Amino acid sequence: MRILLFGIVKDIVGVDKLDIKLDIPKNVGDLKKYLVKKYPELGNLSSLAIALNNEYATEEMKLTIQDEIAIIPPVSGG
Amino acid sequence: MVSPRYDRQIILKEFGEKAQKKLSSANVLVVGAGGLGTPILQYLNSMGVGHLGIIDQDVVHESNLHRQVIYTEKQIGVSKVRAAKDFLISQNSHTKISIFETSLTKENAIDIILNFDVVVDASDNFPTRYLVNDACVILNKPFVYGALHEFEGQISVFNHNGGPTYRCLFSKPPKENEIPNCNTQGVLGILPGIVGSLQALECVKIITGIGKPIVGSLLIFNALKQQYYKFKFPKKPENIKIYNLLDSYQLACETDILSITPKQFKKLIKIKSLQIIDVREPFEVKKHPLQGAINIPLLSLKEKLKEINLSPKVYYICQSGARSLKAVEEYQKHFPNNEFISLQGGLNTLY
Repeated sequence: MRILLFGIVKDIVGVDKLDIKLDIPKNVGDLKKYLVKKYPELGNLSSLAIALNNEYATEEMKLTIQDEIAIIPPVSGG
Repeated sequence: MVSPRYDRQIILKEFGEKAQKKLSSANVLVVGAGGLGTPILQYLNSMGVGHLGIIDQDVVHESNLHRQVIYTEKQIGVSKVRAAKDFLISQNSHTKISIFETSLTKENAIDIILNFDVVVDASDNFPTRYLVNDACVILNKPFVYGALHEFEGQISVFNHNGGPTYRCLFSKPPKENEIPNCNTQGVLGILPGIVGSLQALECVKIITGIGKPIVGSLLIFNALKQQYYKFKFPKKPENIKIYNLLDSYQLACETDILSITPKQFKKLIKIKSLQIIDVREPFEVKKHPLQGAINIPLLSLKEKLKEINLSPKVYYICQSGARSLKAVEEYQKHFPNNEFISLQGGLNTLY
């Protein structure tokens, strides 16, 4: 499973993508928990959009190893 | 004789005279005349949009020039809307230009946006972005969104033809300090030029009906990789049901929070007893106690909000003045009839 990271999420994690090959989280909500555990600073972000295979995802959506996830925070610069 | 000015776009068969006419009768408001706003204005003006509105409260700074390419060295210190108007008139004298030398506020947003067909959000902070969204939903106007973070840009079209809004993507503004806000981040000169140009393109598509505006999708452009990522998001019906603006779109770059200077504060504290709330952590208070103050650390404010009996005027104090400002914001929301005042610079100024 590939996770694409954008904006401040990328800055916090330090890379722009992560690959998970083992222990794939069951659903989007679990993936979020997994990431917050690994990168606690992500827990401060209250407003994130998550896309699953290029479509907006909700927490209960199931995940498989083939999926591509993107985590997108709001950005404000202009 | 018909001017050849727009010939090269009129000969495009998907565009033609019809689209050109639509442009010339369009009214577009650009919110912000900074990094994103300037390329947007430049292209909408040169392509023949009939009426452009520009709203910005700022003046041209030297540090703007690397990305806000319509401004010149001579215009440093000049109001951005006036400097932009001068440029736009010299570029295309047929355009009607309306300038608003102010920031967009909940007081003026509805009155200003009412007169335009499309809004382009080229602001640089979350409060303005949410205000633009809510006002456009109330007035049923489409708006073109663009925003930057370092080498990335986001683009979408919101509230167009029944499509989703900004709140369908990010329902609430992030909390303070969660995400960099305002004009403090680094930005590579060309990035707002690219993202602003994409916004101008979307605006032209909305006005003329050519192509397919990016409704219901967010596009993210990565300048370092020349990569685009795009994903779809649905409309959430509750976000269309906005009938009034919020009481406050706080977190603005310039706050109107009441504060008191250390000099005034020292005078006042000598002549009368004040209700003072010290929002520092207990270990800080132990080190430098402040007599007569109630200690409620900022982080426990919410739980203790109801516990204290507030006098009509309450003074907040912390070590350097930052936390007390946040406390004032928080309390003002819950107790609109009380007056909350923060000590500028905090206790550091009193030693």
